[in-house]
Amino acid sequence: MAEIVIKKVAKSFGGFHALHSIDLTIADQEFMVLLGASGCGKTTLLRIIAGLETPSQGEVWIGGRRVDGLPPRERGIAMVFQNYAVFPHLTVFENIAFGLRMKKLPRQEIERRVTRTAELMHIEQLLKRYSGQLSGGQRQRVAVARALAMEPDVILMDEPLSNLDALLRLEMRAELKGVLAASKTTTIYVTHDQVEAMSLADRISVMNAGKIVQAARPVEVYRNPAARFVGSFIGNPPMNFIPAKRAGDGKWQVAGVALDGPQASRDRLEFAIRPEDVTVGAEGIPATVRVVEPLGVHTLLTCEVEGALFRAVVESDLAVTPGDTLRLAPKPDRVRWFDPESGMAV
Amino acid sequence: MHPKVLPYVLLLPATLFLLVFFVYPFVQIALLAFTGAEGFTLQHVQTMASHWKFKAALGWTLLLAAVVVPIQLMLALSMATIVSKLESGRSSILYIFSIPLGLSDLASGIIWLAIFEQSGFLNSLLVGLGIIERPILFLGYQNVWVIFAAVVIAEAWRATAIVMVILVSGMGLIPKEYYEAAEVFGAGPWKRFVKITLPLLRPSLQTALILRTLLAFEVFAVVITLGGTTLPVLMGETFQWQFALQDRHVASAYAMVILAISIAATLFYLWALRVPKGAKI
Amino acid sequence: MSTAVSVDAPHKVEVRSAARFLFIAAIVVLCIWVLLPIYLLFVNALSSPQEVSGFPKTGLPSFDFGSVRFFLSFAGVLQALGNSVLVAVLTMVLSIGIGAPAGYALSRFDFPGKESFRMLVVMTRAFPLPLLALPLAVLFIRTGLDDTAFGLAIVHTVLALPFAVLITFSLFSGIPIELEEAAWTLGCNRWQAFRKVVLPLVMPGIAASAVFAFTISWNEVFAAAVLTIQNRTLPAFLVQSLNVSPLHLKFAGGAALVIPALIFIFAVRRYLFAMWGIANR
Repeated sequence: MAEIVIKKVAKSFGGFHALHSIDLTIADQEFMVLLGASGCGKTTLLRIIAGLETPSQGEVWIGGRRVDGLPPRERGIAMVFQNYAVFPHLTVFENIAFGLRMKKLPRQEIERRVTRTAELMHIEQLLKRYSGQLSGGQRQRVAVARALAMEPDVILMDEPLSNLDALLRLEMRAELKGVLAASKTTTIYVTHDQVEAMSLADRISVMNAGKIVQAARPVEVYRNPAARFVGSFIGNPPMNFIPAKRAGDGKWQVAGVALDGPQASRDRLEFAIRPEDVTVGAEGIPATVRVVEPLGVHTLLTCEVEGALFRAVVESDLAVTPGDTLRLAPKPDRVRWFDPESGMAV
Repeated sequence: MHPKVLPYVLLLPATLFLLVFFVYPFVQIALLAFTGAEGFTLQHVQTMASHWKFKAALGWTLLLAAVVVPIQLMLALSMATIVSKLESGRSSILYIFSIPLGLSDLASGIIWLAIFEQSGFLNSLLVGLGIIERPILFLGYQNVWVIFAAVVIAEAWRATAIVMVILVSGMGLIPKEYYEAAEVFGAGPWKRFVKITLPLLRPSLQTALILRTLLAFEVFAVVITLGGTTLPVLMGETFQWQFALQDRHVASAYAMVILAISIAATLFYLWALRVPKGAKI
Repeated sequence: MSTAVSVDAPHKVEVRSAARFLFIAAIVVLCIWVLLPIYLLFVNALSSPQEVSGFPKTGLPSFDFGSVRFFLSFAGVLQALGNSVLVAVLTMVLSIGIGAPAGYALSRFDFPGKESFRMLVVMTRAFPLPLLALPLAVLFIRTGLDDTAFGLAIVHTVLALPFAVLITFSLFSGIPIELEEAAWTLGCNRWQAFRKVVLPLVMPGIAASAVFAFTISWNEVFAAAVLTIQNRTLPAFLVQSLNVSPLHLKFAGGAALVIPALIFIFAVRRYLFAMWGIANR
């Protein structure tokens, strides 16, 4: 059992607040992804859990044990680093065996575990090599094998795939998912890549400016962003936003069109819709097409609505040229509304 | 150990060492130079300044630095440029060029003594070629300018290496793209050197010039080896007062002079070769 | 167009090969400039005392070991050699032992006072350090360190320490902190991570900077001459006996000074440039 509980953890460097009172619970065997742009505090949070950074305040619990006063080696964690951190003066075998030797395990046990994890990561033929003789992808495999060999309760991963090229990243992503699911460890995985986050996570914690904005299942984060930030950060292209004015009768005025909206006390809201959730038809929001990008599966339109950009994903056989004016009708069940001041969902 | 305390523990030995054996002794020197039995006094400074050798020593030291340092800079720049253009054998040539770096000025003085002394190799060559009939006494006391020239040559020979090493490593830090970009914009080799290498090399030039100028002010063994006491320099006089004349106060006053011109030179280079913030590579 | 090319091409080739010739000639001249004086010193060292003071010289060694034998049997020489090695080894141990922890602290921690310490280290460059010998002579007499190898090693450590700090700082900075952190997460405490991961990786560099410290001490003349009387180091011995010693003694002594320096520079040649590249910052 290795449930991770983070209670009111804050961290500041000098006058800069990297983390504002974070509360987060990660269930046993859960795959949690911390997602956010660089500088949002996700790596700091991971390093606090690892014990590489001391929180300014708050508590960290792993498996029912309070660990925030403990050094990394006493926390029952293993970590995979962004630059792999494969020790250059040791062979692959010795790298994987490093932690096991520190634990003073018997020789046969060390050999058994190294061999098993090496086979798991498909690097059994590289055990005698040094880091300098490995490719980036192979180093990555060694780093993961080294963490798995510890058979830890928790594996922490700090952007492990960000230094690989696109194709390799795809391959490793699928492999990591399989291996980690089989190992039944609790995993915390830091990334800025939303596709990686969506594909790997049981739950995603979207972070912004030192806070967790939303922690939910990937589909939930995508469909029902808890805040304007989440909608604009996740999804490629991101969500469209248009200012809306109260029009009475539960209707809201959006770019000259009256749409059904929520009961809200405010006079102004923000209307939001994902680019793929509009249909081209006779009715809807008037949009002037500026750029047409055929992408094969579909066509991406960049339009202008009331002087602002509005993106729409349409079927690829739709004949449209820049300058055309289209009517884009939002799918009613996919429309979301945000409070323009707090930025939170209504 | 707590990570907040650890760095101080690690720095403690070095800090204590420098405070006791660097800061404190320099305060001592100042005290020795400016105090006598009745407290503050300029008497030692006056003794020093009124001695007939002081002006000569100061003059020769400054002149030596003024002649040697530019020669070393030019020579080192040429060597560094040549090395940077080498395609093969680069490391062997670099090793040969940097050999004198490991030699003391005493060794360099002895080496050039073998060449310049009366039965030395230069006289052997000149006589052998029939240019002169009898060997010349180059390093005699009546030839102070020849001794000066010999010291300049010996110093240029020995200490150019360190300047070159500093410049080569500085050049290594300049990205190749800048040269390629300049070439695309039509800059020839000379323009590239003047417009790109030199400005971007300022930090290295600064280090090299400070180091070399200060060491030129401290020139000592090479001068005694080649010229005995014929060519007075500040460091030599300091040594004389400390030992032959047994007056530590005046020796310290000399030390203060060397310190003063060293600091002045350092400040000058820091100002003259400053790099604006944000303009660094 | 085609005719223009055919007229132009051979001319261009000529210019290029002429430039190539000049370039190679420059390298050869510079190599001779560096190597010839050292060669001539060894010619003298490997000739009999009569040949050394004889005239004219052939420029070829006779491989007569008379001078060397005379040098080695001269009173005090062997002791001076021994002292030189002892002082240099002490300097090496002291400067690395004190400097490396400081270099590590600078590379791994951010803490209040870091900049002040850096300033202290950099400041040593603006001071003529051999002058420290003057006040320290007094301090050493009081503490019984006068005329000892340890006392001199302390002064030499002041010279070598700034280099040791800056070089080890750059060495440690070259080891990604991630490697240490990885070791911590794999069950090491700070010291174990340092010993098992950092130390094996920086060892060659540390050895190079130790050799550098050794060379600094080996070559230092002024402080050695001021601080030692009975226990002279080789440079101090040679400088003290310059007036009285015969030529062949000087040259054999010079050769004894030069040989280790040549070996040291060869040993650390790979690190020379990395050291100075970083020491600039």
